[in-house]
Amino acid sequence: MENKKQTEAPDSPPAPAGPVIHVAPSPHSYSTSLTTRRMMLDVLMATAPLVIWAVIQFGVGALIQLLVCVVGCVAAEIAFTAMRGRCPMKAVKDLSAIVTGVILAMSLPGTAPWYVGLIAAGSAVGIGKVVFGGLGQNIFNPAMVGRAFVVICFAGALAAGAYEVPADPDADTIDVVSRATPMTVLKTGAEAPAVPEASETTDSAGADEDDSGVSITSLFLGNVNGSIGEVSAIACLIGGLYLCLRRTAAWEIPLGVIAASAIVTVLVGLCGGGAGLSLLDFLGYHMFGGAMLFGAFYIATDPVSSPITPRGRLIFGVGLGLFIMLFRMMSAFPEGVMFAVLMMNAIVPLINRCTIPTPVGGPAGGRK
Amino acid sequence: MTALSDIPGKGSFPRGVHPPEGKLFAENSAVEIPPQPAKVAIPLLQHTGAPAESLVKIRQEVTLGEPIGKAGGFISAGVHATITGKVGKQGVCTLPNGRHVSMIPITAEGDQLEGQALWDDCFGGYWPTEGLEQYSHEQISQAVGDAGIVGLGGAAFPSHVKFARNEAKPIDTILINGCECEPYLTADYRLMLEAPQPIITGALLAARAAGAKNVIIAIEDNKPQAVETMAQAAGSSGVKIAELHTKYPMGGEKQTILATLGRIVPTGGLPLDVGVVVVNVGTAAAIARAVLRGKPLTHRIVTVSGAGIANPKNLLVPIGAGYAELIDYCGGLRDNAVRVVAGGPMMGFTLGNLDTPVTKGSSGLTVLTASDIKQAEETNCVRCGRCVDVCPLNLVPTKLALASKHEDWDLARRHHLTACMECGCCAYACPASLPLVQLMRVAKAKMPRD
Repeated sequence: MENKKQTEAPDSPPAPAGPVIHVAPSPHSYSTSLTTRRMMLDVLMATAPLVIWAVIQFGVGALIQLLVCVVGCVAAEIAFTAMRGRCPMKAVKDLSAIVTGVILAMSLPGTAPWYVGLIAAGSAVGIGKVVFGGLGQNIFNPAMVGRAFVVICFAGALAAGAYEVPADPDADTIDVVSRATPMTVLKTGAEAPAVPEASETTDSAGADEDDSGVSITSLFLGNVNGSIGEVSAIACLIGGLYLCLRRTAAWEIPLGVIAASAIVTVLVGLCGGGAGLSLLDFLGYHMFGGAMLFGAFYIATDPVSSPITPRGRLIFGVGLGLFIMLFRMMSAFPEGVMFAVLMMNAIVPLINRCTIPTPVGGPAGGRK
Repeated sequence: MTALSDIPGKGSFPRGVHPPEGKLFAENSAVEIPPQPAKVAIPLLQHTGAPAESLVKIRQEVTLGEPIGKAGGFISAGVHATITGKVGKQGVCTLPNGRHVSMIPITAEGDQLEGQALWDDCFGGYWPTEGLEQYSHEQISQAVGDAGIVGLGGAAFPSHVKFARNEAKPIDTILINGCECEPYLTADYRLMLEAPQPIITGALLAARAAGAKNVIIAIEDNKPQAVETMAQAAGSSGVKIAELHTKYPMGGEKQTILATLGRIVPTGGLPLDVGVVVVNVGTAAAIARAVLRGKPLTHRIVTVSGAGIANPKNLLVPIGAGYAELIDYCGGLRDNAVRVVAGGPMMGFTLGNLDTPVTKGSSGLTVLTASDIKQAEETNCVRCGRCVDVCPLNLVPTKLALASKHEDWDLARRHHLTACMECGCCAYACPASLPLVQLMRVAKAKMPRD
């Protein structure tokens, strides 16, 4: 359907002065509160707490990573859209490439070289979005497509060990970025390499606030190692709640993810799989550690790759939570969010098909 | 003293939207009566159903209220002369919805009923709420049919058909629709303020005709004065007033029934399937006039409003008057007017020709300026789900629009395309400016019938 065209009333002669009236189909009234661009701006605003904490925790490197990813995404959008023969500037104007860039940057480790970010950005927007037809047409979350591509291509740069910056042996305190990520700690138990005093982190139940412990408080605030955007649970919660209140993100998805993951975590913990931690600590590790909250509020809620009805979204969230825990517990990777999101994205068309809402008054049929 | 009562429904329905009400333009303008027009063009089809058949010949002289067209079937309605004068050559006119229909022109000659006399003839005098038992169901239905009464709320369904008795589907409630949920329109509101008595009488007569025990008048809560006047007029007659939450489309009969009575009309069905008949307040007043005074439907109140008209007003006009004359009476279009809509901004039809006649279903004219409308370019659907969140019928408009674009009729059927009532909530809420309603209309027109 092309743009609404302005046409003069067919019978009216050209008036020397006075109003020019045109015809158009109803409705003639529009909600002014929301545009697609506004939704993208909302997401960018919601990432502000993440970016701020990332810079505090990881320094200027985080900013460079952000810049590289955003520039890479915008450049890829322009290049691929032009290749498709469409207007590239129109595609960039809706800010979705910038949003993808920010989310992608937040999901990468601070230690990743610049070319990793660039290639991730290129494949995220180019292969994950534009090739499908541009905004609104992609099946998979573009940021996760990009990240998955570099996880496999540059396995060393995104492995669990790559997160750890070698510690300065002469320093008095252990820098946060030289420690293993919380998920790695859970996965590998006390044998996390290159981390002094790592053994103390896993067997102290209800760990106190000491230099080497990864306490729940640290996880909540973000005083841990990890991808630059995922570390601070509280930043994710603040931004995430903002998105939910603005209705830019559907609340059913984070609810489903967190609830399902929490239940699985508690069950695993009760069955003795709690890595030696108390049940509450184990729950805290999984909820606040890793990309759980970042994924639940920022990645999974991408409207294009998630279902369209509230019921479908809840199912999506629950499935995502289950998959995240499955990958975290059973796979070789310490973190499960990225592949879980991609799996659920693939299932979304099926979810949409199975959750077609019944109209008020029953299904249409028979009478035409 | 007030008859506000507990209603079985919750007073609202899920989803829907809240467009800016725009009622301030005309809600405080008492109904005015412009001078009767020199010419009227009375369409033979201004109702749902079969067209009326002409009863008159060219150059025949007719008086106000004389039948000039008889019903062309059971689901049809007759038409009457709305001014005194001479019949012209039967022609064709274009209705606001784009249909070309036959019309009978009448040129005014002789004395016309005007001004206060016309108002008193339509709405003035005494309207009893007691002693209506003397009118039988058959008498009432006959009088309503003879008067050519159709739903004045917009759908223009012949009213006598609604009162036809059906053993299998008895009616227990008459719901009088005073919601007027479309922005800008205030015709029903002014009627409720200025002439509540004939509405009550008409409601009671409608209940007798349908065999209903309950009569409820539904009014949105943004019209507290109307609730007051109607409650006073209802007095101890047994008519209840239900104050409903203000939301669009509360005035859509399925939503009104859901909000007032908590009953769900089946998709593709009618209110009579749940034992209800819905009647607009203007129709109720016309029913009272037809049964008690034997007068046909010849005039109605229309609102001319919007930021693009010089002086917004509510007018009592004869059916068949041209919209151009109403616009002139209201001071003309302002220079910033860009769209002239017959009806309200959510579901109204734009006029391409201002000589279109006022019909029985016309509730008003809304003149919109550039800042009222959005002429944004359509962007990609990001599946945000806003349309799903607001659709009062719980459909998935974005999928229906997709089905329309790709002519995927399986997809359209799976998502219940035919249940859509084109209320406009989805397009109202869409952040990508997709013309959802238009796409669905096109799909409905193109979709092959089973």
